[in-house]
Amino acid sequence: MNNEVLKNILRYFLLAAAQVMVLNHINLVGFLNPYVYVLFILLLPFETPAWLLLLAGFGMGFTIDAFTNSWGLHTAAATFMAFSRPGVLGLITSKKEYEPGIRPGIRDLGLNWFLSYGFFMIFLHHFALFLLEAFRFSEFFPTLLRVVLNTILTLVICVLVQYLFTRSKK
Amino acid sequence: MRYFFAFLLRYNYYFLFIILEVIAVILMVRNYQYQSSVVFNATSEFTGGINNRFNDVAQYFGLRQTNMALAAENAKLRGMLKESMRSQDTTHFSSVDTLLKQQYNYTPAKVIHNSVNSRNNYLMLDKGTVDGIRSDMAVIAPDGIVGIVSKVSPHFSWVISVLHKQTKISCKVKKNGFVGTLVWDGMNYHTATLKDIPANVLIAKGDTVISSGYSSIFPQGIKIGTIKEFKVDKGYNFYDITITLSQDMNKLAWVYVVTDYFKEEKSTLEKFTVDE
Repeated sequence: MNNEVLKNILRYFLLAAAQVMVLNHINLVGFLNPYVYVLFILLLPFETPAWLLLLAGFGMGFTIDAFTNSWGLHTAAATFMAFSRPGVLGLITSKKEYEPGIRPGIRDLGLNWFLSYGFFMIFLHHFALFLLEAFRFSEFFPTLLRVVLNTILTLVICVLVQYLFTRSKK
Repeated sequence: MRYFFAFLLRYNYYFLFIILEVIAVILMVRNYQYQSSVVFNATSEFTGGINNRFNDVAQYFGLRQTNMALAAENAKLRGMLKESMRSQDTTHFSSVDTLLKQQYNYTPAKVIHNSVNSRNNYLMLDKGTVDGIRSDMAVIAPDGIVGIVSKVSPHFSWVISVLHKQTKISCKVKKNGFVGTLVWDGMNYHTATLKDIPANVLIAKGDTVISSGYSSIFPQGIKIGTIKEFKVDKGYNFYDITITLSQDMNKLAWVYVVTDYFKEEKSTLEKFTVDE
């Protein structure tokens, strides 16, 4: 258990650093930018208490905000994402039950499961993020286009990161 | 009361969510409405330090372009030196100092954080109040305008980029002097939109657009970009002009912060007029 907590704290720092220093500087086609820090919330263990989940999302968003001067923006989106996680998990049924010891991620639950889980979660996050950023409904459809394209980009990178940095099960 | 607490405890998850979201929204609203300088001062020395260190490494990759840009600008400035001029009338040359009073002064600053991919973009500079930077100063680069200083701490400052929802810069078409407003639609960081130019004015692709100097932030005549395309929507009397920004906002390394020595006088006069 302790080991698991440490791992998540380490993941928090690594993802925040990678987001602020590298990923915020990627501009595909001018306006696409992966927000891979959400992977931290995606990979939190199933046993995480609800209040801790919310606080983790809040803390992660706040950290990103502090470095980009977008106060409250990522905080609101990440908290919303953490809030909707139990709901999304309930929606997506897996062949395997969520037993203790099983962690969300490609390694334990497979690529298909992660793609649907990740897409829903990242879409909700990006939807909140870009809508709050634009803050007007007159730009709704351009914003929606951004949300969808960006969701796909973030999801692809989240999948690649997992293949690169997790040891495969023996 | 007991039931009330039981109720809170039962739905604590939802309450916590609402509380956290309210905090986030308050942060956001504060940031938009006025300078949240308290939070900024507390955190900027830390985040600025980290951004600065990252930039120390990252700027090596752009050294070649930076050197080329600096050399080009040196050459341009050298051309403006007194030595490069030929005096036609020696009796007037010495009186230049009393005829001209310096209005603008330029402070060079290094860009240590920059973004172009959000709807609202910001830059961070490594100069602050200690170096004479104040909020609402203009920030320009060799090839054009960059933004407006919003918040300043002792050693760092945040700049609202041209690539921002709130951007409204008064500018004019150089060849005929018609004045319009520059806004940014949030999609492409190479282009911006020029509004309020009447449809009967003759313009052409490639026309230069410069700052008008009406806003008391940007000096007059700073290059902004060139007209890329324009159209008039049916039933409207104004052009919808797309402008290619002359400054590549994604390649900023050094910028100049503009100090206007007459700003206070201008704003006092303005206030005086409004009060009347």
